[in-house]
Amino acid sequence: MSSVEDHVARIEETCGEEKDFVVIFKYNKKDEVITKILEKATVKKSVSRIIFELTFQSISFRLYGTGKAIFRNLKDKDELKNILADLLS
Amino acid sequence: MLDPYRIREDFPILERKINNYPLIYFDNAATTQKPRQVIEAIKEFYEKYNANVHRAVHTLSQEASELYENAHEEVANFINANGMEEIIFVRGTTEAINLVVYAWGLRNLKEGDEVLVTLMEHHSNIVPWEILSKINGFQVKYAEVNDDGTLNYEALENAISNKTKIFCLPHVSNVTGVINDVKRVTKIAHEYGSLVLVDGAQSVPHLPVDVKDLDVDLLAFSGHKMLGPTGLGALYGNREILEKMEPFHGGGEMIRQVTFNTMTRQCSISLNDLPWKFEAGTPNISGGVGLMAAIKYLKDIGMENVKAHEETLTEYAMHRMKECTKVRIYGPENVSVKCGIIPFIVDGVGSHDVALFFDNYGIMIRSGFHCAQPLHEKFKLKSSARASFYIYNTREEIDRFIEVLKEIEQF
Repeated sequence: MSSVEDHVARIEETCGEEKDFVVIFKYNKKDEVITKILEKATVKKSVSRIIFELTFQSISFRLYGTGKAIFRNLKDKDELKNILADLLS
Repeated sequence: MLDPYRIREDFPILERKINNYPLIYFDNAATTQKPRQVIEAIKEFYEKYNANVHRAVHTLSQEASELYENAHEEVANFINANGMEEIIFVRGTTEAINLVVYAWGLRNLKEGDEVLVTLMEHHSNIVPWEILSKINGFQVKYAEVNDDGTLNYEALENAISNKTKIFCLPHVSNVTGVINDVKRVTKIAHEYGSLVLVDGAQSVPHLPVDVKDLDVDLLAFSGHKMLGPTGLGALYGNREILEKMEPFHGGGEMIRQVTFNTMTRQCSISLNDLPWKFEAGTPNISGGVGLMAAIKYLKDIGMENVKAHEETLTEYAMHRMKECTKVRIYGPENVSVKCGIIPFIVDGVGSHDVALFFDNYGIMIRSGFHCAQPLHEKFKLKSSARASFYIYNTREEIDRFIEVLKEIEQF
């Protein structure tokens, strides 16, 4: 199982022009995922460990303490999966 | 008056904690929670009465048929229809509208005709008409909406003409909560000989709806938005109109006879009576039972009380949201012309981020287009956050919502 399949429960593509991707990490892996992502990505801003604004490979995204993340301005799901694979490896 | 604290005791899900916070459910325009009475009614049906309806002679089937028919009667009574012949059970509002589009529109609309919808429509009252227009060649026209989200009645009067064969509008907008003056537009539409189809998904659950008083021809709504189970809604149709309409789906139940002529080797069919003519196949019987229980629950509370409670909550929430300097609310300020739906944005924070931030504190709100992209374009919005209330919501929940909203503003 790849690191993405192992850690991600669902990916929701939101409606509208913004085409955000909301990534929902597996509940039992969420703490591990948050730790991993915070190690690899650069924290630009955070609010009491509820929300982190991060950058990774020039991509800005937000990570939530509940184990969810929003990625914006990506080309498609494949690009998202590649980023997630790098973040979670 | 309605007592939300007493009502909350009937909703087991409201005891839940999400992310270690008490659940605050403000996504009622999407679907409502279910009281114990509805859950028990469905459970009891499966434990005691489950059988397929109609045409069987055994006891269980007769009991199930009676329950299913009673559910139709209960719905008819709730909206003051003439009887169950005018109530067709469908999967929900979307299917009810599609039924009208294909059972009526397919055969009655042609090139040169116009279908008039509004810019505040849910996609379910736009897309089926647009699809059929590509087949039948009629035109779909859009009635204008004012900047505050209310219907522009003057523009509507200019848009409607003798070419208009059906006028479709939401009774209540699922984005702004605006209550449209259905009685007024029905009068205008009927003067031009147009039918009126009302999307009642956000009105039937929230305020008294009387199809005779409104003089509507067709009304679509969903059970799951009014405490009932998912997968069951209803289409009300004036009997005279339904009689003239051809079936939507073919199969069992909707047919009286299928006779095979051995000479011509062709089948001839005769259709069942209303409403069964439009209910092909084994229906959602338990769903009907659940919806019946939901309606009884709402009737016990009283729809005037439901409306008043939501109005009070909405007024309070909108008043308190003004404390938040980065928050912009869309739709009319006057709460007496709207139901308990508040669309808003927080400057500099995307609507999905807003919803995820609330989620962290166990507060469920919706974000996105809410299936109403044309209205968002009118508001020049890429998306919005939406809080929507129901009978079990309280002022304390709104206070908590405001606390978190102020925290979001800091981001």
